Amino acid sequence: MFPSRFDLVVAQTVAEAVEAKVDAGEGGRFLAGGQSLIPMMKMRVAFPETLIDINRIAGLDAIERSNGHLQVGALVRHADVVASDATFGAVAAAAPWVADPLVRNRGTMCGSVAHCDPEGDWNSVLLATGADVIAQGPSGERSISIADFVDGAFTSTLGEDELVVGLRIPVPSGRSGGAYLKLERKIGDYATVAVASHLELDDSGAIAAAGLALTSVNPINTKVADAEVLLVGQQPSEELFAEAAELAAAAAEPRDDVRGTAAWKRQVVRTYTKRGLAAAAQQAEGS
Amino acid sequence: MVAPTTPAEIGGIGHSVQRKEDARLIEGQGNFLDDIDLPNTLHMAILRSPLAHARINGIDSEAAMALDGVLAVVTGDLMDQHGLAWMPTLSGDTQAVLATDKVRYQGQEVAAVIATDPYIATDALELIEVDYEELPPITTPQQSLEEGAALIRDEKEGQTDNLAYTWETGDQGATEEAFAQADRVVTLETHYPRSHPAPLETCGIVADVNSVTGQATIYMTSQAPHAHRTLFAMVAGLPEQNIRIVSPDIGGGFGNKVPIYPGYVVATAASLLIGQPVKWVESRTENLISTGFARDYYMKGELAVTDEGRILGLRVDMLSDQGAFYSDAQPTQFRAGLFHVVTGSYDFGAAHINCKGAFTNKAPGGVAYRCSFRITEASYLIERLVQTAAYEVGIDPAEMRLRNFIQPEQFPYETATGFVYDSGDYPTALRTAMDEVGYEDLRREQAEARAEGRLMGIGIAHFTEAVGAGPSRTYDIAGLKMIDSAELRVHPTGKAILKLGVKTQGQGHETTFAQIVAEVLGIPANDIKVEHGDTDHTPYGLGTYASRSTPVGGAATAVVARKLADKSKKIAAHLLEAADEDIELASGVFSVAGSPDRSVTIQDVALAAYTNLPEGMEYGLDDVTYYDPPNLTYPYGSYIVVVEVDPDTGVWQVQRMVALDDCGVRINPMIVEGQICGGLTEGFAMSAMQWITFDEDGNCIGANFMDYLVPTAWETPRFELLATEVPSPHHPIGAKGVGESATVGSPAAFVNAVIDAVAHLGVRNIDMPVLPDRVWAAIDEAS
Amino acid sequence: MEINITINGSDHASDVEPRTLLVDHIRRTVGLTGTHVGCDTTSCGACTVLMDGTPVKACTVLAAQADGSEVTTVEGLKGADGLHPIQSAFTDDHGLQCGFCTPGMMLVGASLIAENPDPSDDDVRWAISGNLCRCTGYINIVKAIQTAAARVAESSNGS
Ligand SMILES: Cc1cc2nc3c(=O)[nH]c(=O)nc-3n(C[C@H](O)[C@H](O)[C@H](O)COP(=O)(O)OP(=O)(O)OC[C@H]3O[C@@H](n4cnc5c(N)ncnc54)[C@H](O)[C@@H]3O)c2cc1C
Ligand code: FES
Ligand code: FES
Repeated sequence: MFPSRFDLVVAQTVAEAVEAKVDAGEGGRFLAGGQSLIPMMKMRVAFPETLIDINRIAGLDAIERSNGHLQVGALVRHADVVASDATFGAVAAAAPWVADPLVRNRGTMCGSVAHCDPEGDWNSVLLATGADVIAQGPSGERSISIADFVDGAFTSTLGEDELVVGLRIPVPSGRSGGAYLKLERKIGDYATVAVASHLELDDSGAIAAAGLALTSVNPINTKVADAEVLLVGQQPSEELFAEAAELAAAAAEPRDDVRGTAAWKRQVVRTYTKRGLAAAAQQAEGS
Repeated sequence: MVAPTTPAEIGGIGHSVQRKEDARLIEGQGNFLDDIDLPNTLHMAILRSPLAHARINGIDSEAAMALDGVLAVVTGDLMDQHGLAWMPTLSGDTQAVLATDKVRYQGQEVAAVIATDPYIATDALELIEVDYEELPPITTPQQSLEEGAALIRDEKEGQTDNLAYTWETGDQGATEEAFAQADRVVTLETHYPRSHPAPLETCGIVADVNSVTGQATIYMTSQAPHAHRTLFAMVAGLPEQNIRIVSPDIGGGFGNKVPIYPGYVVATAASLLIGQPVKWVESRTENLISTGFARDYYMKGELAVTDEGRILGLRVDMLSDQGAFYSDAQPTQFRAGLFHVVTGSYDFGAAHINCKGAFTNKAPGGVAYRCSFRITEASYLIERLVQTAAYEVGIDPAEMRLRNFIQPEQFPYETATGFVYDSGDYPTALRTAMDEVGYEDLRREQAEARAEGRLMGIGIAHFTEAVGAGPSRTYDIAGLKMIDSAELRVHPTGKAILKLGVKTQGQGHETTFAQIVAEVLGIPANDIKVEHGDTDHTPYGLGTYASRSTPVGGAATAVVARKLADKSKKIAAHLLEAADEDIELASGVFSVAGSPDRSVTIQDVALAAYTNLPEGMEYGLDDVTYYDPPNLTYPYGSYIVVVEVDPDTGVWQVQRMVALDDCGVRINPMIVEGQICGGLTEGFAMSAMQWITFDEDGNCIGANFMDYLVPTAWETPRFELLATEVPSPHHPIGAKGVGESATVGSPAAFVNAVIDAVAHLGVRNIDMPVLPDRVWAAIDEAS
Repeated sequence: MEINITINGSDHASDVEPRTLLVDHIRRTVGLTGTHVGCDTTSCGACTVLMDGTPVKACTVLAAQADGSEVTTVEGLKGADGLHPIQSAFTDDHGLQCGFCTPGMMLVGASLIAENPDPSDDDVRWAISGNLCRCTGYINIVKAIQTAAARVAESSNGS
């Protein structure tokens, strides 16, 4: 399988990339790790006229903590996230389960976020941790909260000519923990169901902040806001997590497909929410 | 294990000799089909139907033809002008090469583009417009056989319904009597889902037809190059002496590379018409949606049993989904392959088997995926049934088997369906595996786990296979008897070349077959070159599938080596000035009985064969043998799997997998174990994740490796291997086939293990693949 | 467009269409056919090469993206002093059957042991989980990679 013809622009700077995108118009598309886009082009479900390769832009490959945030540049590969010591909680937990080791060597975290595949892992993690997406367009840079960014299956609120240049994920200052439980059929498979959980505890051991998000069970990665509200202010307990799990299960509208029935997927959401929150709490208590 | 009789330098039977084929493969110097690059090669891409069932009202290929680099667009009408729009299948049906009237499954070949470059050929596909008139698709064999179902094969003379075949065997009367005497009848209905061999290398061809000389050199991924040559001659009407099939290094076959596919015929015709080589290499999607599916059997088995757990009889009803064309590759007499080996490893007198196959709007195939003609389905059914019976009668599944096994002294044993099992010791095999896994302890652990609310299961399968087709009185494919051959030439310096009718796809023939010669003649295995796959250079044979290489080709090799040993002894007698009958041969040394210091080596004899012969003897040291096996061989094994099931999600994980295999004499234990590990992995895959399914519209789900799940190293269980070695009494070196045993035997062991974990809740069946949602639903329903 | 890739130590300058996949460039233009293609969906790893030392799936990288980089294919594993230890270990431990996945498996294995001199069974299985093998059941591939690691460690201790 081979892609159809296109023009290639190799951008050296962010400005060049954005300009090339403006020039290319609707037929233009950024090329980051290529691990979603190239397979789609080979299958001939994507036919960009112009590809703007951002891989040679300097300064986008850092993953580091600064100003209380984990900053992830547009050229940080999934493998860099796995290898980084700067990560925490759900981010660290999810990274090894994205795709497979070779795909992780090319695919970028930002590319995945921009792609907005409801089966993609990162957007759930970002929803649970409350991250921002940094975008640069012809009129400059802006920050978009992930909840506003994710708009639908394969659609985001990113402007036509905007490039995602990085992510800002708040690093909890107190005790915190996170988990990413993913049911996949094999390595290299997208999630059948996955649950990202994030908990921060106050000095009394009560939950100060909570994040919960679901992958693959709705047409969009889903933040379970009512469960988050329920959790905050409470002491972690099995009963509490079971209650949150019911809310998570209710927030999931999965479909019957080859991966399994909707009823079962909802049951997995329930189970993984309980287990994920318990793991997050345990990690927080130990931190 | 039997100790080798030759020293390691010679590397005869029983030595784990390193593989000769590795040297080129580890340096990237293999020669796979797509690596063949002839001058002026054109590239073919195939346009396939997006619909499962539709009438073709017209094809417009003008825009495609206009594309720079496109030489031709081949349609069914063009093929029809050459009488090649349809071709025979290996099971006596016909199959469309390029659709002329209707498309009958999603992925069916509709047109082909020939271009200078594969990228351009693919571009051109998008420019072809086909006017389809959609017809309602039939996606299950049950629907297909309903009264009034639309006729899928309306082009087929005399075909008035969607029935592909019926076949019946066994003794109905005796079976009914057995059931009348039974204390109970245990029933199991289960589906063996559609699967695909999916070797890592897809299928392909480079057809190089010289329009002046008429010479057709056809490189293709073929497990059976000689049979393919003959069939090409018959289908395309080419004179057989002008056809040379070359099957290069093959990246796995597993049955996928047995049939002749439409793409091969179109590429050959295109090369003939254009006068340039034409290459076609399937994409993975094409591989999975159009070529060589396997299984898809709906089976109902009933066992007549006594309260003591004795099996009295077996009744089976089977309905197979054949897809749009009946293109199984199996012996002519047996419409459902060797499915009647379904009586398994058990001693009972009566069986009756009723089989039906139906056409549906799905891809054709029915190939023996790492299996000797439908034995996988049979073995699965009986092993699932016996386990079910154990639960119903209330005895341990291992004990149930031990009570019913054919006993060692009963061999040769004739089954109720007419197979004559050659040899075996089933109780020892099962007990050895049970000891290794710690069966009694596991049962105790299981009880404890249940008390704690955990679900642990122990599954057993004890399979018997029938492999090595086959005796000419019974076995043929499309009329060609299933014999195989070996030609051995020993050169003056004592080195040799062995030419085979069979063809390796990774099994290591270049090594093991040399070892057979080394065993007999004492020529070091490393001094023997093994040639295979080129029909101009090797003797006739039916090829490698159904685990037949060692049983048939290996036997031919032993026999031809023995013929040369006999001649060599005469030459040695001449050199040693002794009587022929006094010469003894061991590990390449010919000595005179009683005076071991008087000896010559096989190398001396080889030179003498061309320089210094006894009076009246013909020069040379070579011969050829065509081997017609007296019987099949019957490898068997005992597999035990331990799983833990997560009751909240249905996810199950293999804790242990102990596999005991008895494949008779092991020529190269290292290679045998490699075959077993590969087979176990495919068995695990089928039980856990690997299947092809379709939606109501006939869209194939499982058309690429994101949906058709091949396990990685991470999911694959860690196997523990054991062996016993009861030789085949009729095979010249006592060997049986082994390439497929583990795929045949292991799915039932994995499934039985999961069922065993939830059997106490009353669960008796979960269809494969045993997906977690199915497990969870079964638990949910039961409790 | 003009690109220049260093493949197994030699420069290969060529004019390619932007859409040319790295794997096709290596196989068809450069003529090194040890790198294989086994799927359409970036799933199998038969096409694995090392790009600046990192294993990637060459069917999902444009040749143009490799411009200026150093690519190692299976043909480049062998050094001046003979086979790479991973190659001999694959033979010794029967880590291959049909050999179609083998180039990719060896390259991933070589890159793993360059980073982790003593990989566990799980380490190896994890590292090769982007590469499919249909023949071996992986056991002997894992063993071969561990054997190679041990041999490399031994020879570097010895020197
Ligand atoms: C076999 C396989 C398995 C996979 N499994 C998983 C999995 O389990 N979980 C998972 O989450 N993902 C999975 N993926 C997808 C993988 O994570 C991709 O890497 C990721 O989705 C896209 O990142 P990329 O850098 O490769 O983007 P590309 O493929 O280069 O681009 C993807 C899309 O995003 C756009 N884009 C990329 N970067 C930017 C940017 N900086 N700004 C604006 N737009 C941009 C592109 O224009 C394109 O439309 C898998 C992929 C493969 C091939
Ligand atoms: S061919 Fe590249 S991953 Fe399969
Ligand atoms: S050896 Fe055949 S695919 Fe791995």
